[in-house]
Amino acid sequence: MIPYDFAYHRISTAEEAVKLHQSLREQGRRPYYYAGGTELITLGRLSEVYADAVIDIKGIAECQTLQLEHNQLFMGAALPLAKIQESRFFPLLGQTISEIADQTARNKITLGGNLCGHIYYREAVLPLLIADSEAVIEGKSGRRRAPLNSIFDGRPQLEEGELLVQLITQSDYLELPYYTVKKRRQWDIGYPLITVAALKKDGKIRLAISGVCPFPFRSERLEEILNNHRHSPETRIEQAVQLLPQPISGDVEGSPEYRIFVLKNTLLDALQALEGEAHAHS
Amino acid sequence: MTIGKSIYRKEALEKVTGTAKYTDDYTSPSMLHAKLVVSTHAHAIIKAIDTSEALKAPGVRAIVTGQPDFPLTGEEIHDRPPIAYGKVRHHGEAVAIVVADTPHMAKKAAELVKVDYEPLPVVNSPTDAISASAPLVHEQLAKYEKIQHVYPEPNTNIADRVKIRKGHIEQGWQESEVTVEARFSFGPSDHAAMETRCATAEIRPDGHILISSSSQAPYMIKKLMSEYFKLDAGKIIVTTPLVGGGYGGKVPTQLEIIAYLASKAVGGRPVKVFNEREEDMITSPVHIGLEATVKLGCRRDGVLKAAKLVYLFDSGAYSDKGATITRAAAASCTGPYHIDNVWCDSLCVYTNHPYATAYRGFSHSEVLFAFERTMDMLAEKLGMDPLELREKNAILPGHTTPTQADLNASNVGNLPECIRKLKELMKWDEGRRMEVNGRKVIAKGIACIWKTSTIDTKASSGVILMYNPDGSLNLMSGLVEIGTGSKTVLAQILADKMKMDISQIYVRMEVDTQTMPEHWKTVASRGTYMAGRAVLQAADDLIRQLKDIASRILVCSPDELEVGFGKVYVRDDPTIYSKIPDIAYGHKYPNGNAIGGQIMAKGNYMFRHMTHLDRDTGAGKPGPEWTVGAQGIELEFDTRDFTYKLLKAYAVIDIGKVLNYKAALGQVIGAMSMGLGFAGRESFIFDEKGKVLNPQLRTYVTPRYGEHPDYIVEFVETPHIDAPYGARGIGEHGLLGMPAALANALSTAAGLHLNQLPLVPELIWKAKTGGTER
Amino acid sequence: MHIAEITLDINGEARSVTVRNADTLLYVIRDKLGLTGAKPGCLNGDCGACTIDVDGNPMKACLMLAVEAEGATITTVEGLKYTSLQAQFVDKFAFQCGYCTPGFIMNAQALINKNPHATDMVITEWLESNICRCTGYKEIEEAVKTALAVARTALQEQLK
Repeated sequence: MIPYDFAYHRISTAEEAVKLHQSLREQGRRPYYYAGGTELITLGRLSEVYADAVIDIKGIAECQTLQLEHNQLFMGAALPLAKIQESRFFPLLGQTISEIADQTARNKITLGGNLCGHIYYREAVLPLLIADSEAVIEGKSGRRRAPLNSIFDGRPQLEEGELLVQLITQSDYLELPYYTVKKRRQWDIGYPLITVAALKKDGKIRLAISGVCPFPFRSERLEEILNNHRHSPETRIEQAVQLLPQPISGDVEGSPEYRIFVLKNTLLDALQALEGEAHAHS
Repeated sequence: MTIGKSIYRKEALEKVTGTAKYTDDYTSPSMLHAKLVVSTHAHAIIKAIDTSEALKAPGVRAIVTGQPDFPLTGEEIHDRPPIAYGKVRHHGEAVAIVVADTPHMAKKAAELVKVDYEPLPVVNSPTDAISASAPLVHEQLAKYEKIQHVYPEPNTNIADRVKIRKGHIEQGWQESEVTVEARFSFGPSDHAAMETRCATAEIRPDGHILISSSSQAPYMIKKLMSEYFKLDAGKIIVTTPLVGGGYGGKVPTQLEIIAYLASKAVGGRPVKVFNEREEDMITSPVHIGLEATVKLGCRRDGVLKAAKLVYLFDSGAYSDKGATITRAAAASCTGPYHIDNVWCDSLCVYTNHPYATAYRGFSHSEVLFAFERTMDMLAEKLGMDPLELREKNAILPGHTTPTQADLNASNVGNLPECIRKLKELMKWDEGRRMEVNGRKVIAKGIACIWKTSTIDTKASSGVILMYNPDGSLNLMSGLVEIGTGSKTVLAQILADKMKMDISQIYVRMEVDTQTMPEHWKTVASRGTYMAGRAVLQAADDLIRQLKDIASRILVCSPDELEVGFGKVYVRDDPTIYSKIPDIAYGHKYPNGNAIGGQIMAKGNYMFRHMTHLDRDTGAGKPGPEWTVGAQGIELEFDTRDFTYKLLKAYAVIDIGKVLNYKAALGQVIGAMSMGLGFAGRESFIFDEKGKVLNPQLRTYVTPRYGEHPDYIVEFVETPHIDAPYGARGIGEHGLLGMPAALANALSTAAGLHLNQLPLVPELIWKAKTGGTER
Repeated sequence: MHIAEITLDINGEARSVTVRNADTLLYVIRDKLGLTGAKPGCLNGDCGACTIDVDGNPMKACLMLAVEAEGATITTVEGLKYTSLQAQFVDKFAFQCGYCTPGFIMNAQALINKNPHATDMVITEWLESNICRCTGYKEIEEAVKTALAVARTALQEQLK
């Protein structure tokens, strides 16, 4: 139950959404782009997130797109995760997504919401980062299309009032050999200790990680080390963990030391899977 | 007949169609809603509470804060203010009640209440609690009112100490050739019933107080409210509809008092208090934690000679049922074995954790985790098979319990038979640790269990039966339907006794303390035993009345008559009979004369010969019978990652007599699942200031579909001749051995001693590596 | 402006109701429409006790605003006409306290409607969205698998 009140606006174009956001800001209001809305509802009831005007973007057709066109996969930001998973266009993304929250919740949680939300794991971003995906963003000054890697630093770095409209992935990334796995404190449900998504392109492994730090990341230096075949996988991994961004998370899911332990094993599995077989499904 | 059959629950259709009603499902436009303001500190002085802003918020009707004249509450020790006063003793403790027109208004206003705290040093574990320098959780412990048989130690954090002194412990050590000693610990966790607690209260102009609550103990609410607030017991009417799971957590009286105080503050208008999950997890009481030291001694041949046990129960901020749990732990301190020399100190200690109450198994799974782990360690040291060690020491008729109670062929089940069956089911002889490949191993672990129910020696249960005009019966018992299906079992017992179709028995599911006879509390696996005996007595009463009337119609002596199949008939010539519908509401003769009236019958039951425990030795008879059993776990362990998957969970329990097969199976399997959750993952995680970091179901994760192992359950039937059909208590027992069996299996798998819960891979990793990795 | 007059298509009926924009669908169906089958187990999307069917998909009613649900076809447990799944829940003793039952049934019913050929993996993926604290899930597994088999048989009959 959300204790506070807000206005609710349904809009049907991205331009309209951004305009509304801007005018609400000018009135001193606190607007909120709302797609799945699961965070507004669950964090709002704890008063950890506040809004006084909700802009529901689910009615924007391009935010609901899911199609392969001209060798590009277009995915609307307001697509429920379950739909992306069902579509099977992008198996790596589908599989990474399939471990987020639970199946019923994934009917509500959206791609854009997972990427831009407050809960920091944002695991759907991992496959998108390593597949050089692009983000379509609507802002005050119009539309821009940017490599996700260039605007992602822990979260998509959007300007005030900007709306993430779509994600685009080139089709030649969709069927690359991949490996993805989520490790939890215990068994099959819960937040991650570590989530890793990896794929192999042009003989090189690319990899992004969530859970180990309080933000997801892809690190090119880490990839360089992991792809350095002069060393054994174990040595490479030892070197790689020295280069992890800081801090290492320590919370109810696990201590920083244990996370590193789990990460090392997970990296080893990823390397073995991708350096061995052409197609490795975890 | 119906006994033993898997009769569907009487309320089954309601439950699958969504029409079953629970406390929060009842609401009315006149009802106001209360929201609690809860403490953000585990231990702090409340310097000031500013309600001025909150009172101005729309829809707010009243705000109640702790007052010096509010009574202190608690079943054994009156140590808990219904709303914190002066200081808070745990994170999540209620400090104010905001009453408003709607739930969201109350919640919004609750956020405007400003509480000024001055933090105090925190008691964050039982070891902390008993250290000489520990801050006191209760400075006034000496002044609290209490019942006779609880012994708080003033100027300490010890709420109670129960001693067991059986035999001569020194002699036991002398006779022992092999000894082991180990320490065990786990913190508080939660019941996490799917229905969060909810209560409503209304004070009528004539002084009647109407309370509705999702409670396992509506009659206790009536009794305690009358005591606490000096109210006429007859004016307190408590109703309890269906309850969405209890597991002990809905035994205490808590929200009912808050709802009453809230209603009082708004001139008696009805007020609802509904726990959101976060409150249900830490504001309302939790599952107790434990630190234990177990030392065992035996002869070279494995015969146990001595057990020395120290149990420190983490009762949290208030004693609630903590002292009773501590006592139950002492009474069953050893596990189901014959040991001549037993020394146990079982302590209930205060900490700044959320306060503890009853939890399914009432100290037994907790104590058995420590004891049964030590048994495995002892077996290892002896080089003996752990199952063989247990078989050798199994408790039998003729033995005595730690409280020196005598066991006979009726009051204790057949443990050796349970062990034999388990051994066979688990293919124990094929090995306990099998390599699957270089990385994975299959491992097995076991634990034996026992439990008696140490409930109030004066607990009673009553049943009323009333005929309907068509000869069907209404059954009314104060037993709460919390999911165990006990009320359906009562109908089975009645149907069997009356030789009638169970569809002709209507069981009132909702409890109403004004019109239905008391069932003490729906706890301790005692529903079927107590209420079942009351049903049998009521049925005898019914039969006597039926025969009395029929004897006049049939012109014979009542003792020549039998009752069954909807008739009262002459034993010798069943063609001479009266149909029950013709006499159940009195009988009318052809000339218009009538005799009798609606037939109503009653029965009640109270345990016999139970005693308090002697203060110095613990000697006494704490319960009527002991259910025993043997349980096991088979799992696949990853020796690299220290992760594991549960494959099979076994239980062989001496149930005395199966009354409803699938219901009994469900009780056992459900309890096993809960035990595996408790052992494998569930635990509150505290920071160094005593704050709970995971009071939500997404961070406090209970077992989920797909994580469940295959459950293999078998029953042994050794009748307890005092109980209906010989049935023994079964509601809790599936849980009891799961933590120990899981820990034993994992210890075998990982090749080390795992003596803490929960058994998450990180714990195993730490035990194995020392916990360093960079 | 924080209040809306909406019409919900629920269990085949059009129900008009005044809501706060911030009200969850769960609150509205329970407290305003009297459909108390969906249960408020956590209000946080974690337990699944409030699961209902929205346009053919299971949805946690606590994770949805009532204003969002306008235009959708909603079915709650009260809208089921004693399906074979409900019968199987009774027969397999797939509940005890019954509190999680409507949520489990609505989730599994959506699965049966959508994918009667669901594999064990898919069944697990769907059913791990709900918590049951009383059973060991084994009973629920039996009920759902039997109901799926019934649905498959019915499907084959139709094809004949």
